[in-house]
Amino acid sequence: MSATSDIEQLIEIMSRLPGLGPRSARRAVLHLIRKRSQLLHPLSETMATVAATARECLNCGNISTQDLCEICTSNVRQTGQICVVEDVSDLWAMERTGMFKGRYHVLGGTLSALDSVGPEELGLVRLEGRIPAEDVKEVILALNATVDGMTTAHYIADLLEARVRVTTLAQGVPVGGELDYLDDGTIGAALAARRPV
Amino acid sequence: MEWQDTGIVLAQRQHGETSAIVEVFTPVRGRHAGVVRGGISRKIAPHLQPGAQLAVTWRARLEDHLGSFTIEPERGRAAQAMQDRLSLAGLNAVTAMVRFMLPEREPYPKLYLETERLLDLLPQVDLLPLAYLHWEVSLLAEMGFALDLTTCAVTGRTDGLEYVSPRSGRAVTAEGAGDWADRLLPLPACLRGDGPAPNTEIALALSTTGHFLRNASHDLASRRDLPAARNNFIARIAMRCG
Repeated sequence: MSATSDIEQLIEIMSRLPGLGPRSARRAVLHLIRKRSQLLHPLSETMATVAATARECLNCGNISTQDLCEICTSNVRQTGQICVVEDVSDLWAMERTGMFKGRYHVLGGTLSALDSVGPEELGLVRLEGRIPAEDVKEVILALNATVDGMTTAHYIADLLEARVRVTTLAQGVPVGGELDYLDDGTIGAALAARRPV
Repeated sequence: MEWQDTGIVLAQRQHGETSAIVEVFTPVRGRHAGVVRGGISRKIAPHLQPGAQLAVTWRARLEDHLGSFTIEPERGRAAQAMQDRLSLAGLNAVTAMVRFMLPEREPYPKLYLETERLLDLLPQVDLLPLAYLHWEVSLLAEMGFALDLTTCAVTGRTDGLEYVSPRSGRAVTAEGAGDWADRLLPLPACLRGDGPAPNTEIALALSTTGHFLRNASHDLASRRDLPAARNNFIARIAMRCG
């Protein structure tokens, strides 16, 4: 394979990444080649390392370089709370807030008849097992406020609420949000969940 | 090709990085799919939740192409339905059943109106189970499998009707059923539109309509099971009994 076709192959692979098309992939590859020592070498080494070590945490489904992720191995995070999220990106979003100090459970999707995703595919048996094992007192359902997300939340609540306190995230006006631009459903939910000032 | 209509969102799935394929139920065009450009954006996605009412314009070069929708939201129903488990299960059951039962691009204007009325009842959880049962009876009638629950198929009597024949869909009295009673389907009073309708009876009536819905499914070759969303809804109705 010639050097040019290697580069073409790299461009082709990068163009499959989310947010990149053939033109932007070409620009990115050109930039990497020009910044060989500052970007290309460290990137290729890091990618090789991550490719060799990245895996799903056996306990919570987070992405980690160990069998158990840092959150699951940290004793400080054993607060008796588990936050159930749909995807690893949601876990990262929760972590960015720095507000939640407990552990997580990543479902990897939501119940969906359309995509043939049932309770078995979401690792709910593992979640049930974690409740006595980690002395969990509260399960926080931080799922998307969509029909699929809430259907999944209701299913999990049915499954667990006899054994543990099950809560869900509030819905309402986002910080910086203007009422005029919100959909009817969000305003209705915010009004229903109003609280004293 | 271009047409405009109003429609109820039945389902949507991501298409590419930014678009969504949305399936709507319209009075004139029936169950119809199309691409909504930018459909997964934060601005548009909330309006594409199942149950939402949209004004849609469909465009395609040829009639049999998938085509694309431009949408304008009229009203959403998902947010209210999400407040209650039975409501949300009802929304899932209705959208799943329309997708499962109706062929694409066949108009069912009467059923559309009944579906709209039923979805407007989603927040009223006391009325929802019975309204859903009547909607399923209408769905069967629209599919050409109307139940005849007025007179006994054997004796011709109009009172004491207790069973439904699984073959003909006609009512049968206990006397007419005789030794065949255990092979017939139950006919609770609520299915005939008589008397009170406790949730136990509604769940029983839904088992009867379920038998005919399976047979009426448009995909007769495979005779698939009815959607899990319908079973979940019936399970939730049964939970409310206890």
